[in-house]
Order: sequence, then structure tokens, then C-alpha cells
Amino acid sequence: MAEKTAQVERPEFVAQVQKSYGVIEKPLTPWERIYNNGAIRKTALLIAVAAAWELYARRVDNPLLFPTFSAMASALWRAIASGVIPQRTWSSIRVLLQGYAAGLLIAVALTALATATRVGTDLLETLSSMFNPLPSIALLPLAVLWFGLGNGSLIFVLIHAVLWSVALNTHAGFRSVSESLRMVGRNYGLTGVRYVALILIPAAFPHILSGLKIGWAFAWRTLIAAELVFGVSQGSGGLGWYIFENKNLLETANVFAGLFTVILIGLAVENLIFRNIEQRTVRKWGMQT
Amino acid sequence: MPEPLLDVRGVTLQYKTKEHLVTATYRVSFQVFRSDRFVMLGPSGCGKSSLLKAVGGYLDPVEGDIRLANEVIRKPGPDRVMVFQEFDQLLPWKTVKENVMFALTASRRLSGKSAEERAMHYIEKVNLASFANSLPHTLSGGMKQRVAIARGMAMEPAILLMDEPFAALDSLTRGKMQEELLQLWEGTRFTVLFVTHSIPEAVRIGNRILLLSPHPGQVKAELNSTGRDETPSGARLSLRIEELLFGKAVETEGARHG
Repeated sequence: MAEKTAQVERPEFVAQVQKSYGVIEKPLTPWERIYNNGAIRKTALLIAVAAAWELYARRVDNPLLFPTFSAMASALWRAIASGVIPQRTWSSIRVLLQGYAAGLLIAVALTALATATRVGTDLLETLSSMFNPLPSIALLPLAVLWFGLGNGSLIFVLIHAVLWSVALNTHAGFRSVSESLRMVGRNYGLTGVRYVALILIPAAFPHILSGLKIGWAFAWRTLIAAELVFGVSQGSGGLGWYIFENKNLLETANVFAGLFTVILIGLAVENLIFRNIEQRTVRKWGMQT
Repeated sequence: MPEPLLDVRGVTLQYKTKEHLVTATYRVSFQVFRSDRFVMLGPSGCGKSSLLKAVGGYLDPVEGDIRLANEVIRKPGPDRVMVFQEFDQLLPWKTVKENVMFALTASRRLSGKSAEERAMHYIEKVNLASFANSLPHTLSGGMKQRVAIARGMAMEPAILLMDEPFAALDSLTRGKMQEELLQLWEGTRFTVLFVTHSIPEAVRIGNRILLLSPHPGQVKAELNSTGRDETPSGARLSLRIEELLFGKAVETEGARHG
């Protein structure tokens, strides 16, 4: 057997820790800071994509099938300046907001029922598992039968697009509120509406917000698609109808301009509105990273 | 002897899991008096947390009753404030000050300026005045528990219920928090019912320790503590508790583990 090694004896000491230390934070170089900015990185990528588009379209040289980026940009500019696109966009958004608001109201009622009673929970779960996989646009023929060619049909499919994702997410959010937060709320004697408003809704806000986002994305897609099927109701249609119309006129640059507007609005709502709400709420509260 | 503040008489508690009806405690009785630091101690499964929940009004006894100042407890209320083990007991969307104020305003105890003053008074007591406007997710675990304690004390409840409040903290912070809790108690001499599964913590915090045996929880003993781990006969209190809870077997087992 090996001999046990003896431990090394050494004196104790207590060090004087320096109170002020020179540089703990060192600034990054300008290049590092630019590279760390996501917006700048993504803008650079977008410029690259636009350049590739322009080059490819010039080589193909077929404005009827694939107009250049610059042709699309000038078509977009003309359509904006003439007021056509703003007007079409407004008419789309007006219908969208009506449908979104109606969908939210029904979602609130359904979630309230689901939160209050077991039967309500079963109802919400059954209905949403039935209808959530059903594409809203598939309901359009039926909607036209019931409500005719008009905003009524559009709002009906929009409600379907918004309702399930918002109701499901909100309900899931309520259920995921931690037991200790619930007990804290009840400890202060909170019950009923006050309990829901002061504890459940803020605690479930990350879920609710993602439901609102998904609902918005579904609704926007559904609306444009529905407008393609039957756009014009009261003299002026929305953006989907604008795209359809220009395809019939073989104004391909305008078709691209219409599609580009759809994308821009989608991005704007996501990045300006929802991102802002997120920054001011769930991110600030540390509930989402 | 004066009237007990909290009187638990023959309480049997049951709760349902997915498959079983579990009897958490069987005919447990104990009394807590004003300014007691009453500790419920026992291994997991002895029903100490269930008992605390029942005192909080979250769980109804199937047998026996629980009285606070001679009133039978039926539901949760601001006269019995709970402090939990979990760090997520603070409302993440409110600052430290707002969290304490929320307790006062939601329970309609105080409002406006007076709620703010009371909140700041107790936040200062737990040495968090400079963090009054911070959001909970920017605080350390120990600071979060201090906020929860300040929130509980600000309600000035008849009894403060603490459910292993320091169990999720590292041992250095834990020791410091125990010391701070005792100092706070010296200041106002509030009544506290404290649940723990740590013998040293029970010995240090409590002036009276209720030992519970598991499956189902039953009263094993009630002991006095001076906080210095000693018994009148000169033996160590913590060893006596171990013996009562686990019998002699553990000591030999402990020796084997060295």
C-alpha cells in the first residue's frame, strides 16, 4: 500500500480587498456595436435581397411575369401618391378591426365561461379542438350563403380566425398561473371579477399577448385571401381585391406593389404595435426574455 | 393561562390527488398564543404544510375545527397572511413598493398615501428602501423573500403564516434571513406560525416547537426552545428532536455516514 501523503502546512492570511478598482466595464468597438444591432443586420439583409431581385429581374427581362424591384417600387409609389393604396388599405383594415374586436369579445365571453365552470372548460376545449384546425377561408362559401357578398361574410370568417387562438391562449394562460400567486390573491380577499382583473389577467399576460398576436396574423391572412375571392362589395374593395384586379389587368408591377403593402402592414403591426406592448409589459416584468 | 390566539382542535385534513384520497393529518390539536414563534416541524408527509393551509383557510378540515380569536376559520382572509417558499409569490408586474401597497389596497385595509407610508415603513424594516422601485425579477432570492415578509408584516395580521420561507435560499442567505426575522420579531413581537423541515432552523426560530410524525401527520411532541439548542437537562435540543422524530436508529445511521 502506498504511504499516505502528508498535507502541506501553510500560514493563513487575510487580504485587503481594494475598494476602488480601475476599469471593470470596457466599451465595445463601434464595429462590434453595429454588428450587435439586430435592426442594422436585418436591414442589410433586406437590401441584399432587393439587390438580388433587381439583378435577376433585369436578366429575365420580362416585366409581365417578373417586374424589377425598381418597377415595383415606382408602381407602389404611384399607387400611394394617387391615394389608391391608402384607400384600399384603410378599407381592409376597417373590416379587420371590426372582425378582430368582435372575435375578442366572443373570446372573452367564452374564456370567462371556461374559467368559471367545468362545463365551460369542456365546451371551450371541444369547440376549439374542432374549429382551430379548420382554415377560416374554408368557411367563406358558407358565410356567403348566410350573409351575402359583403362585409358581414368577411367579419364572420375573421371572427373565426381570431376567436380560437385568443380564447385558447387566454385559458391556457389562466391555468398556468402559479398556485402561490393564486393563494396570494385569495389571501387579500380577492374574488370574482377583481381576482380575474388584478391577478389572473396580468399573470397570464404573456399567454394572452401571444394569443392576440397569433389571432392578428390569422386574421390578416384570412382577410386578404377572402378579398381575393370576392373583393368588391360596396364600390371599393380592400388590398386583396386590388391585387386581384391588377392581375386581371396584367399590371404585374401593381400586383407586386399590393403584395408588398400586405407584407409591410404585417411587419408594422408586429414590430411597432406588438413589440412595443411586449417591451412595456412582459419584457419589463421579466416574464418573457 | 390567557386565551389562545389560534386554537386547533382535533383537525383531520384530507386532500385528493388524481388517484387517491390522502389523509394528511389525523386529529391534530395545538394552541398558539400571542407573540409566539410557533414552529411546526416534521419530515415530508407529516401534513405540516396542509395544516398551515388549513389555518390560512385554503383547506377545510374534515373533522375538528380551527379558531382564530374564537372565530372559526372558513376562508382565506387578510388577518392571516401567508409567506410562501416560492419566489414567484410576488406579483412580477408590480415594483417592490407596489407589491406591498397592493396587499393593503386589494384587501381594502388602507388606500392612497397611507398605504404608501405603511408600505415604505415595512420596506425600510427589511432594509430594501433603495429597491422600493425595482421590479421583482431584478432582485435576488433572499431579497424577494424579504419583500414577501415585508408585505406580510405590512398587513399587520393577527398571525403571520410562513411556509418554509427560507427553504429555497442558499445556506449563507438562509442563516442571515433567520437572524433578520428574529430581529424583526424583537421589534414588533408579532405572532408567527412557521413551517420547516430543518431541525436547526426550528431550534433557532421557534420558542415553541410542534413535532409531527408522518403518514398521516399526528402530534408527536411539543417542546420549548430558547434558540440556543439546549434543554433544561443540559442535553442538546436538536438531538432530542432527532430522537423523537426518528428514534435511535438514525444516530447509528448517522455514525455510519460519518
